[in-house]
Amino acid sequence: MNPILSVKGVSKTYASGQRALEPVDLEINKGEIFALLGPNGAGKTTLISIICGIVTPSSGTITVMGHDALRETRAARMRIGLVPQELSVDMFETVLATVRYSRRLFGHPGHDAHIEQVLRDLSLWDKRNAKIKDLSGGMKRRVLIAKALSHEPDILFLDEPTAGVDVALRRDMWKLVHRLREKGTTIILTTHYIEEAEEMADRVGVIDKGKIILVEEKTELMKKLGKRQMLIALQEPMDAVPGDLAEWHLELADEGHTLRYVFDAQAERTGIPSLLRKLAELGVGFKDLETSKSSLEDIFVDLVEHREQAA
Amino acid sequence: MSTPLINTHGIWAIYRFEMARALRTLWQSLAAPVITTSLYFVVFGGAIGSRISSVDGVSYGSFLVPGLVMLSLLTQSISNASIGIYFPKFTGTVFELLSAPVTPMEMVAGFVGAAATKSIALGLIILATSALFVPLHIEHPWAMVAFLILTSITFSLFGFIIGIWANGFEQLSFVPSLLVTPLTFLGGAFYSIDMLPPVWRTVSLFNPVVYLVSGFRWSFFGKGDVSIALSLGVTALFLVGSLIVVAWIFRTGWRLKQ
Repeated sequence: MNPILSVKGVSKTYASGQRALEPVDLEINKGEIFALLGPNGAGKTTLISIICGIVTPSSGTITVMGHDALRETRAARMRIGLVPQELSVDMFETVLATVRYSRRLFGHPGHDAHIEQVLRDLSLWDKRNAKIKDLSGGMKRRVLIAKALSHEPDILFLDEPTAGVDVALRRDMWKLVHRLREKGTTIILTTHYIEEAEEMADRVGVIDKGKIILVEEKTELMKKLGKRQMLIALQEPMDAVPGDLAEWHLELADEGHTLRYVFDAQAERTGIPSLLRKLAELGVGFKDLETSKSSLEDIFVDLVEHREQAA
Repeated sequence: MSTPLINTHGIWAIYRFEMARALRTLWQSLAAPVITTSLYFVVFGGAIGSRISSVDGVSYGSFLVPGLVMLSLLTQSISNASIGIYFPKFTGTVFELLSAPVTPMEMVAGFVGAAATKSIALGLIILATSALFVPLHIEHPWAMVAFLILTSITFSLFGFIIGIWANGFEQLSFVPSLLVTPLTFLGGAFYSIDMLPPVWRTVSLFNPVVYLVSGFRWSFFGKGDVSIALSLGVTALFLVGSLIVVAWIFRTGWRLKQ
């Protein structure tokens, strides 16, 4: 399948000399939800600003549905919608006027049932005649989403969609994203909240210091890099891990009250039964056992730390 | 979905948005020029003008009209167009313009078109106000309208450039208040440069506003400080110069894109 969006060798060095993006290659498939995950300042916003035409790349090419985004700008941009991170919206306009403005700006006639549909989907229809300055922060963000959806884009960029957003809006946003995907819209979101990527994305790209470190199906990523750990709550605290337990590479936590065993959930032999037998043999009593799966967050921290150590 | 050759909806959106901004402050937009013009007539026409019988055979009150219209036209065109593009830069909403399928020239058409429309309306309001004070005499009405339109477009374009250039509100008012207003005052808005000593008359010829005021005055009274052809030529030169700067700005993304 041809990718709907293809980024090749795109880099950015700002006039200040700051290198925001190393040459990046990225392909986005039609209809997927792609999460670009990275810490603040990793280059997420720079990358999507380049794709959307707000920042000029220092090198590279971008193809949007077969159109060169730097040459056939009109054809490429008509297919893209962008919800920025900042609440940048004209405060003195009404909701309806500003959404209609966006639709016209992107080359469509202003009067359309589509605007009503978008406003209803975002629970903004009742507020359509309200001035934007009178709306709450969450409502303003909905307006920005409505503006981005007003021209029926094939690709929607959401830059940090839930930063500083209340729980209700976050839930609505996730629902909306899934509904859009069902209609065939491709969605690319940036986030530094791992749970957001975990909840929404089909694929995850991890970006750090201007480089895309890895791109992977979310489930594959969890499987490949996911570790499990077992916490053993001891009856009597220990000063050190007994030498007989060396082969399990245990760690002491919680001031000696807990033993931690990290194991690979995909391995044939987890080592748990033998560990438990050994503990019984040594007469180590325990009150509780708890196993857990590492989250995307742990994976992410691992990845970034690995790179820092390697550097 | 087809890709249009010209994004007329986009131009229209920007134009309407800019016009709506003026309509929101309709009262100020109308009252300010009417009051200012009236004040000029009271001070220059009534108090001082009564001691000046006529300039080139035209009563001083009537002689003032073209200069007054030009003075407001220049400053208002610049401030209208410069705020129009500066404000989105200031609030951050410029991201939408930059990401939209709107070419630079379409953007200019929307912003400058709206600013020029407002200036033309303003010029007509000032003319109407003047008619309350002095008999209005326009010898070449079509030339007058053409000059009104040409000047409005040229200086709106100039204002658009200033709006892109400005990094703060003080810079935004810098050019209109410290450059254009003095040049207009010294450009023969209130006198004929023939009334100046020869040295200053020569210096005045380096002031581009002289040519605008002179051409505009010609359309009223059939004579100006310089020939009408020269007036038109200098105005057209300024228009072309501004267009070249705008084209350069969009090609390089200067002060708009990183």
